[in-house]
Amino acid sequence: MATILIDGRACPARTDENLLQACLEAGADLPYFCWHPDLGSVGACRQCAIKQFSGPDDKTGRIVMACMTQVTDGAILSIDEPQAREFRAGVVEWLMTNHPHDCPVCPEGGECHLQDMTVMTGHDSRRYRFTKRTHRNQDLGPFINHEMNRCIGCYRCVRFYRDYAGGEDLAAFAAHNDLYFGRHEDGALESAFSGNLVEVCPTGVFTDKPFSAVYSRKWDMRGAPSVCAHCAVGCNTIVNARQGTVRRVINRYHEAVNRYFLCDRGRYGHGFTSAPTRLRAPILRQDGIPVPISMATALERFAAMAKDGPIVGIGSTRASLESNFALRCLTGPDRFSTGLTQLEHDLTMQVPALLRATPARNPSLHDMESADAVLVLGEDVCVTAPRLSLALRQTLRRAAFPAADAAKVPHWMDAAVRMLGADAPSPLMVLTPAATDLDPIAATIHRAAPDNLARLGFAIAHRVDNSAPDAPDLSETEIQLADALATALRTAHRPLIVAGLQYANAALIHAAANIATALHATGADAALSLVVPDCNSMGMALTGGIPLDAVRAMARAGHIGTLVVVENDLTRRLDAATLDELLAAVPHLVVIDHIATRLAERADLLLPAASFAESGGTLVNTEGRAQRFLPALTPTMPIQESWRWTQQLTQAATHADAPEWTNLDQIVATIAQEIPALSRIIDAAPDAEYRLDGRRIRSEPARISGRTAVRADISVHDRPLPQSPDTPLSPSMEGAYSPDMPGALMPFYHAPGWNSVQSLNRFQQEIGGPMRGGDAGTRLLDDGIPPETPEWHHDIPTPFTTAPDDLLLLPEPRLFGTEELSALSPPIAARVTPATLRLSTLPAGLQDGGMVSLTLAGEHLTLPVRHDPALPPGIALCPPHLAARAFTTPVRVQLHGDDTP
Amino acid sequence: MTAPMPVIIGVTLAVLLGLATFLTWFERRLLGLWQDRYGPNRVGPGGILQAVADGIKILFKQDWIPPFADRGVFVLAPAIGMMTVLLSFGVVPVTAFWSIAGNLNVGLLFVLAMMGMGVYGVVLAGWASNSKYALLGGMRAAAQMISYEVFMGLSVLGVVMQTGSFTMRDIVLAQSGLWFIVPQVLGCVVFTLAGVAETHRLPFDLPEGENELGAGFHTEYSGMKFGMFFLAEYAGVVLISALLVTLYLGGWQGPLLPPALWFGLKTGALVCLFILLRAALPRPRYDQLMALGWKILLPLSLLNIAATGAILLLHAPG
Amino acid sequence: MFGILRTLWLTFLHMGHRRVTVGYPEHKPPLPPRYRGRIILSRDPDGMERCVACNLCAVACPVDCISLQKAEQDGRWYPDYFRINFSRCIFCGMCEEACPTYAIQLIPDFEMSEYLRPNLVYEKEDLLISGTGKYPDYSFFRVAGVKIPGKDKGEAEREAPPVDIHTLLP
Repeated sequence: MATILIDGRACPARTDENLLQACLEAGADLPYFCWHPDLGSVGACRQCAIKQFSGPDDKTGRIVMACMTQVTDGAILSIDEPQAREFRAGVVEWLMTNHPHDCPVCPEGGECHLQDMTVMTGHDSRRYRFTKRTHRNQDLGPFINHEMNRCIGCYRCVRFYRDYAGGEDLAAFAAHNDLYFGRHEDGALESAFSGNLVEVCPTGVFTDKPFSAVYSRKWDMRGAPSVCAHCAVGCNTIVNARQGTVRRVINRYHEAVNRYFLCDRGRYGHGFTSAPTRLRAPILRQDGIPVPISMATALERFAAMAKDGPIVGIGSTRASLESNFALRCLTGPDRFSTGLTQLEHDLTMQVPALLRATPARNPSLHDMESADAVLVLGEDVCVTAPRLSLALRQTLRRAAFPAADAAKVPHWMDAAVRMLGADAPSPLMVLTPAATDLDPIAATIHRAAPDNLARLGFAIAHRVDNSAPDAPDLSETEIQLADALATALRTAHRPLIVAGLQYANAALIHAAANIATALHATGADAALSLVVPDCNSMGMALTGGIPLDAVRAMARAGHIGTLVVVENDLTRRLDAATLDELLAAVPHLVVIDHIATRLAERADLLLPAASFAESGGTLVNTEGRAQRFLPALTPTMPIQESWRWTQQLTQAATHADAPEWTNLDQIVATIAQEIPALSRIIDAAPDAEYRLDGRRIRSEPARISGRTAVRADISVHDRPLPQSPDTPLSPSMEGAYSPDMPGALMPFYHAPGWNSVQSLNRFQQEIGGPMRGGDAGTRLLDDGIPPETPEWHHDIPTPFTTAPDDLLLLPEPRLFGTEELSALSPPIAARVTPATLRLSTLPAGLQDGGMVSLTLAGEHLTLPVRHDPALPPGIALCPPHLAARAFTTPVRVQLHGDDTP
Repeated sequence: MTAPMPVIIGVTLAVLLGLATFLTWFERRLLGLWQDRYGPNRVGPGGILQAVADGIKILFKQDWIPPFADRGVFVLAPAIGMMTVLLSFGVVPVTAFWSIAGNLNVGLLFVLAMMGMGVYGVVLAGWASNSKYALLGGMRAAAQMISYEVFMGLSVLGVVMQTGSFTMRDIVLAQSGLWFIVPQVLGCVVFTLAGVAETHRLPFDLPEGENELGAGFHTEYSGMKFGMFFLAEYAGVVLISALLVTLYLGGWQGPLLPPALWFGLKTGALVCLFILLRAALPRPRYDQLMALGWKILLPLSLLNIAATGAILLLHAPG
Repeated sequence: MFGILRTLWLTFLHMGHRRVTVGYPEHKPPLPPRYRGRIILSRDPDGMERCVACNLCAVACPVDCISLQKAEQDGRWYPDYFRINFSRCIFCGMCEEACPTYAIQLIPDFEMSEYLRPNLVYEKEDLLISGTGKYPDYSFFRVAGVKIPGKDKGEAEREAPPVDIHTLLP
């Protein structure tokens, strides 16, 4: 720890950071543009100029760029020194010469870093009287608006897009004053992380297009901390809402999970909350005709249904712990289903146990970034857990650090570090059946069928630790590859194994566990990460239940009177025939959901649930971190949380011991009590009684506008604000707000003088470090006690065999379109491409792009074929749900030639 | 030509209440006049029916007692305020033949006693309202009115000493030669100021203090109970004016015009003076009010007594 | 003491002064053009709505009586709805001060009493006038560098034609 003197004030600083970071951490207002905590410094904007003095006697000093100068103990700095001020004022005036002065019609206005910095430097009137340079804009697809005239040339966009996220199709064009950031031609940005440009860009060049359509200024929107529901990574988000609708989702910093960035699915996938197909009233199906009914009638009807036999419940991996648990209370643990088919169920259930029993660490995303060898085993993390793949990508940057250290270049000196690390070997090894977006930066790529990948994994484990079982009958190339990968992993200090459930192959995750166990035994700081499919798959695994197949058996035996399905579209899990059989055997079907699913169309009683934006709840992410999301909106009756519906159903069914939860905290407490594995979810976030300085934290910015006009067209009378018992946030702009708020309750970022997301610096203990009020969530799986001696998995599969007409069809999840909720969001839907069938070898007489027929998950399909020679033989790929609705797990299929006329 | 007592009482009461009601309008018109504006001029000719309109409004307002108030005292307080003022009029001789008890031998003491009772109306109102503004107003009123009562009593002693009687009629008759305002000028000034303070009229309306206390002791009052306070204040103005006339300005005596008219004219002029005070002067700070009373008016009134006594002794026979 | 008497005397003399107030509504006072009365939304010289739905009036309003929602067509922002609750308005003029496009203006009309409060809620149809109001020549879109129909990039005031980024010439 060093001490530096900023304008005569002694401030602690770390010697591994630059002066800009030190000044910001000291709470000083120093303007900057191009530096970003996770992108480092490049010294492009010259805005953070300060005076540095060589000693107490030095009165002249010299101007240095704070972001390009390392902290030295005892450094004497001045931000206020007149010459430095003048320099900064000159720079910003210069940057503003070509600015189009269109702040009123700029969606960035009010949360614009350029506005803040211009005010901070004191530039208030334009002296430049010549013509402004102008640019034409590009159409960058459904996510991003482009307005190049607002650009100040800080290079943040390309540094994020290309260097950090590995995108290819955004670049800097032209030169000097004509500098242009864009694509080579109009078209949607291809990267899965393009949405971050909105937050990365310090001004309004890249703005949020879907948000612009329902635009509201930052100060006008209520914020609530939320958790992304579109994959199992559990990125922290802030949901912004106004006038009863969700306006946008932005990143909420979590040091260990998503840090500064979200993927586009998470950022733009919220559209389902305001979809026109949202369920808004209970619906009773009478003689096949849906009739809207009141809540009371709905509960009465359910009470009548409940008399017709036992109630069985089907939960969902996309519903919160609370919703599932409330259903489990209605039916009892023996009649509560996880809503997964047998295969998925078995796999999901064993993931927590596997993570607990493996001695290797279960890493967070930030932890993964510092791995020095990464083996991705049979999981396309770029689509199943996009933010995780971005973390893996950063291992490449870490690989440059030894070279940088040798050259005495600090790690934040981004361009230099990347230059020095250009020759550093990539730590990534990607073993998947099909190409992934990580391939271009991977040191080793191997394509094989899931079974063969598992075999390879077992072989690697054996080569790391001899006591691990070896896979028999390996081919020569496989042996060589296994040797090479084992060597690479063994020499690493922080090896990381990533596998997942994408191909529903138990052997894959067992092989991954074996490797991690073996590596741990060598003394390395090994880590194992298993990717589960849905936002609460891990929570469901910890809750437990019976698989769907068991429900079917009960139905067949006539043991079901009423089937209650919560937030689960069974048509995506069971093929039509199976589902028909199940529903035929069930007298009453009750569906609780917030979107109109295909299953909902068949429900006898349909109850409208609250979406994530209108309810509070807990999700457990793929690393076993329980995280709370809080309501940004108050649901309008009769819409209410699934757990409240289920609780009322329980009471209506005259259970003597029906639960009497009145708020979220009570049901959370009950879950913690009833399910030991979830006992720590209470700590995921402060409860509703939390007060900061004796007050609730305000959910609306202090300067929210239009309170007396916004609903004046309905009534001019004031009405009491809807107060949710589930959240510790106040419903208005009244309440506490300070940098010391817990990360789990962060409603929005704002600091005096810092209106943009850059104000985040004020809320962190140190830049890029944990939140001052503590990070959100609590990890549940760290309590495992690994066995003394390694326990090896022995389920080594036999080599994958191919037959000419018999293909193994693997699910190929897409970033956009295969995830259920986000696919309902209009901007995401605009990016969905039609389903194709990818084949390694085309059947005779079939051209690339030709049509082929097959029977998949009970559906007869005709799909266009795409030839993909990189695929291993005998493997075909098709996106799940998109072509055949119930297709989720690998199946054997036979192709028929094109029989369409 | 003495009228029967019930007639006198009835007429006095009617005239007094009518006058108080009329004053509510008259004051506003006069204030408007002195402040270069109109004042209420819409209802009836010159706006004179404004008082009637206000009366109707105030009568028809909901008679509401705050749930937190002490009900009995809350209702009683305005009645006390009104009653003490009306009773004081009993001893004021309008003319030599027209008064209810103008020759009561403790007439002046009775007036002072009623003034002392009047404090209760205000203090009890402040206390019974059970709200902080009202309580503050009530406390101010208690301190202010008790303080000023002292000088009021002392200031009229000069008159009594000269007259040798507490009987109001005797006091008036004693001024047939020279009005007491000449020998008792000091007493007259002190009495006027004390009178303004006693009726808590501007500039000494600190118990009400609209801008700092809401409306002071009657913050919680509305409807006709508020109207009682309102009327009592104006009746009080008339009373103090009438007392000034009686004690210092020779009562009904005057040339040519009939005595009753003289009395009315003198009283009317003084009422206008009271209104002028309100139109012109700002409200002093509370400490200034108390300092004025105890440090200036008390010594002045004592000086007046001493001087009057000395002069009387010098001229005393024997 | 003398001061008090003098005050009384001077106040008394005001009896003979002319009244400064007038008897409204028989006599209507002359109001200056900048009088802060009823609020209107003006149009630019081309007859298009001046309001660009930037929300600055709403945020400047101390009583929060302005609410609007941005909509967009061909680059032009405009309010989808624009609502002023005049039962809350204090006619302070902050909205006019804040408006970057001179769209919202206060005019010398104050006679807008209603018996029902909902009638004081003015929507865009009630607010929008067909003229330019106080600033007859100003047009925001002629100054700001956004592209709208009839004005391409580089055609705003003091703008150079768009750069050809494919050229390598300096």
